[in-house]
Amino acid sequence: MDLIDFLIILGRVLATFVLLLVVTVLNVWIERKVLSDMQSRVGPNRAGPFGILQTVADGLKLFFKEQINPKRAEMGAFILAPFLAVIPAFLLFMVIPWGAPFQIGERTVSLQGTDLNIGVLFILAMSSLAVYAVVLAGWSSGSKYPLLGGVRATAQAISYEAALGLSIVTVVMWSASSGDTGGGSLALSEIVARQSGTLDEVVPQLGFVTQFLPRWNLFPQIVAFVIFMMAAVAETNRAPFDLVEAEQELVGGFHTEYSGMRFAMFFLAEYVNIFSMSALAATLFLGGWNGPTFGLTGILGAALPTVWFLVKTYLIFFMFIWIRATLPRMRYDQLMTLGWKRLIPGALGWLLLSTLVIGVRRFGLPWA
Amino acid sequence: MGVISELVKGLRVTGRQMFQPRVTIEYPKVFRDKPQRFHGRHVLNRYPDGMEKCIGCELCAGACPARCIYVRGQDNPVDAPVSPGERFGFVYEINMLRCIFCALCVEACPTEAITMTHLFEMSTTNRSDAIYTRHELLMDRDGAVPHMFEDDKLADLDELGVADGWLRATAPSGNASYEGVRQWQGTPGHADWDPEPDQETRDA
Repeated sequence: MDLIDFLIILGRVLATFVLLLVVTVLNVWIERKVLSDMQSRVGPNRAGPFGILQTVADGLKLFFKEQINPKRAEMGAFILAPFLAVIPAFLLFMVIPWGAPFQIGERTVSLQGTDLNIGVLFILAMSSLAVYAVVLAGWSSGSKYPLLGGVRATAQAISYEAALGLSIVTVVMWSASSGDTGGGSLALSEIVARQSGTLDEVVPQLGFVTQFLPRWNLFPQIVAFVIFMMAAVAETNRAPFDLVEAEQELVGGFHTEYSGMRFAMFFLAEYVNIFSMSALAATLFLGGWNGPTFGLTGILGAALPTVWFLVKTYLIFFMFIWIRATLPRMRYDQLMTLGWKRLIPGALGWLLLSTLVIGVRRFGLPWA
Repeated sequence: MGVISELVKGLRVTGRQMFQPRVTIEYPKVFRDKPQRFHGRHVLNRYPDGMEKCIGCELCAGACPARCIYVRGQDNPVDAPVSPGERFGFVYEINMLRCIFCALCVEACPTEAITMTHLFEMSTTNRSDAIYTRHELLMDRDGAVPHMFEDDKLADLDELGVADGWLRATAPSGNASYEGVRQWQGTPGHADWDPEPDQETRDA
């Protein structure tokens, strides 16, 4: 490893970080605009063209606001919590490939923060870690509404983490079975690479349909996709599962007592998480940066996969907003019922079914 | 599966809404058409010959349910009368912070001296500005209505020339020398109907 390698690593980490920041600033604006469209309103339209700088203005405002310290807060945890929210949110995105690897001279540059060989595990770990921020924030505020929000976060996160993990396990297994080498991989770059080509290569029996379909995990793993999306919505504390910050009952939920930059960090983390979850869904199920290349080479050829990645991610992101605009918040027991009695058994059943299919495909029928 | 179809139904509602026109009117840029009988700021009218219509009778103050009108009458100076009657309103104040824009003063007025216009942009930065006096309420001799903030960017000052609807149906001054002449209304705005025919034509 020489200096150029080091610079490449530095460059791609920086690029990932900047991409995430820029995209998050845009996403807040996009969400507000789409929501306002769905509610026959105009939405932010004052700062910059079409109000695109509204997030920047809001961020600057929050930056200069006073940070209020509640008298009964546990100051250590109170200050730590926002950082605990932001850091895992950014780390989570670091392992997601957002573009095809390309060659500069003899070196291959992969467009992702770092290509961890345990990427999926790392993502699960980071998304679980983010819950600590909510729980700590709720507990340390020394106030009843944040505490309720924090307690809800604990229960909600545990229930939906399981469904999220189980649905990802199915994808990883499927991906392992469909690899050319046969072995499985938890690296997201490998999972993406195995979704290139057409579905024809996986299910040649249905060639008349599958030759027109991309080899995304979405088609064979549609049930896992649905479970993943529901769990992801719950995991990011979004409507209809936003009981953690239910405005009508808990004021602001876990961040009621936060103000100024500390609140902005929770806000930032939430939107980074939404984007990361969208990106993860696009990576696991929609083939990541795979897409038609149109025979482009050079700079354009290297940029096109990133465009595909962003298009897919924003499709999922749009779904997040659309669902938020449509569904009312669930009751708490409904949330728990859905998590424990529907999603987890469903995910387990699907895992079993997938295992059977994969086994039969690999080893043939046991009596044959 | 019932859940899924209900979800799709809901998503279709919000999805369809995205392509519907916005209901928001970007107010200072775009002005909404007001109803013809919109109750806006008051104005004290003059007869076309420049005489004030107000005779200082205080009926408006008596009719006001919000008690926001204060009027004091005074005898007209003999050599330079202000109004055609015996007295004129030499103090006329409306506290716009208390006014509920019910237009009972307009109905009470025997001479149609006080009417309402279509202007509602009257925000002030201190409370004493909200008390409108003769100075702000009374129209000029040429029929133009003054406004406290002439450079108000939000207000469409033309609205001051639009009279509250129901007064348009009533007769203009009745001054004999204007008979048969197309004249401007006693209330703000300009008449768009023909002058009343004279007495003989009407009797015939």
